[in-house]
Amino acid sequence: MSDMRELYQEVILDHHRHPRNFGKLDNANRHAEGFNPLCGDRVTVHAHVDNGVIDDVSFEGSGCAICMAAASVMTDEIKGHTVVEADALFERFHHLVTDDADESAEDLGKLAVFEGVREFPVRVKCATLPWHALKAALHETKIVSTE
Amino acid sequence: MSSTPPRIAFDPVAARAEFPALAMSVNGHPLVYLDNAATSQKPRAVIDATSRYYETSNANVHRGVHALSVRATELYEGAREKVRAFVNARETAEIIFTRGTTEAINLVANTLGARIKAGDEIVISAMEHHSNIVPWQMLCERSGAVLRVIPMGRDGDLFFGEYRGLLNERTRLVSIAHVSNSLGTVNPVREMIAAAHEMEIPVLVDGAQAVPHQRVDVQALGADFYAFSGHKMFGPTGAGVLYGKRALLETLPPWQGGGDMISSVSFTRTTYNTLPHRFEAGTPDIAAVVGLGAAIDYLNNLGFEAIEAYEQELVAYAVERLSAARGVTLIGTPKHRAGVVSFTLEGVHPHDVGMILDHDGIAIRAGHHCTQPVMDFYGVPATNRASFAFYNTREDVDRLVAGLDSVRKVFKS
Repeated sequence: MSDMRELYQEVILDHHRHPRNFGKLDNANRHAEGFNPLCGDRVTVHAHVDNGVIDDVSFEGSGCAICMAAASVMTDEIKGHTVVEADALFERFHHLVTDDADESAEDLGKLAVFEGVREFPVRVKCATLPWHALKAALHETKIVSTE
Repeated sequence: MSSTPPRIAFDPVAARAEFPALAMSVNGHPLVYLDNAATSQKPRAVIDATSRYYETSNANVHRGVHALSVRATELYEGAREKVRAFVNARETAEIIFTRGTTEAINLVANTLGARIKAGDEIVISAMEHHSNIVPWQMLCERSGAVLRVIPMGRDGDLFFGEYRGLLNERTRLVSIAHVSNSLGTVNPVREMIAAAHEMEIPVLVDGAQAVPHQRVDVQALGADFYAFSGHKMFGPTGAGVLYGKRALLETLPPWQGGGDMISSVSFTRTTYNTLPHRFEAGTPDIAAVVGLGAAIDYLNNLGFEAIEAYEQELVAYAVERLSAARGVTLIGTPKHRAGVVSFTLEGVHPHDVGMILDHDGIAIRAGHHCTQPVMDFYGVPATNRASFAFYNTREDVDRLVAGLDSVRKVFKS
């Protein structure tokens, strides 16, 4: 059971129970949906980007605790960052949940709680699904006018 | 008149010992395998029959004069006779080997489907597996036919009256599950077939989840087509069956073209082989078919009466324990249930449940079970599904319920 607790850390359980930034975003100008057909996890990311900066971001959807917590923590962490910074953070997050020792979790802030995912390769997709949706939204795979 | 012999208690522990995979440990715990609706484990007899085939008889079927080819053909056709007897078809010509249930349904959708026109109707039910939805949707797209769906109640039983109401002079086929893979509902297929036959509508039964649990008699049911997979009934993956009434099969055009399904070929004209070979183009999965034959021998030896009685008791126990477990809600409470119990655990997504149970060595299925419309109906993204075979025990059920306690501990719920 010990390693299960390492995966389902308190912060993850908390964000799963009380997701931050959950819901629609009135002034969003970027949207994208991520779907994992294997387990049915579904995350839609809404963001308002102005001058390359992510002013505000939210998500909707349903999925397992890892996926929902990853989306919640992600939206908390990237708010106020530039699109370029968000991309770099995704890169580092991806390393964190897939590589053995490459990525130091030290300065990744709250994202570091997902380090345990690397022990469970089948859950990597759960943790990264919101990030893939974010990336699609930020890179204007689909731009929706706020007007 | 002989009286009914006293029922000899079924011994699941002895049956278990025949299945090498069930002796494994997973994550440091003895395996509890409750994903039988996805695929069953295989007894030693099936594994041995498959490898023995490769060691002693491997050759192509129906095309050689040499000893091995004759042997392979005898084994392959011998398995067909075993299948015929297993489902009580009139003749082996009515038994077509396919890759599985999915291919069997697609065969009908593409052959019987060839005569479906715009405005015709196909009737399926609200609890079908994707493999008994999508082939018909594809056919409807091609032909302009309309898909009609028999509704069901929250208990997971179909509305028979509404079913009758759907049948009309435009209905060309009814295609329904014998047993639901996500709810465990045993549908009253005999009555449903009788109702369709009153209007001369043929019926295909998806028997994938029925054949591992009960004796199926296609003649008693009156089924026009009956499809099932070998791998869910303790045989190897790669071999399944389409039973079809000869009178109907003979009216169907060929489907896949190739070797074995022809009688003669020239560049101007090809004539087709007789039943059942007409529908078996190319080299089949001979070893899997031989293994399926061995699985049938194995099941006949155990006896379905004993299996069915034991499983009914076991599943009732699972329903009772799960209903009483904290935070558990059963999805579907059908009148007649076989092999499957679906449930949710309050506050925990099935994907998390499945993973934490796996950590305790317990294998269940977490997800939509290829029945997304059923999930939509109950308003859940996914369910946990425990599915049983005769080799499962009450101890397995107890381990599952204890495992759900571990899940709640991890989630502090």
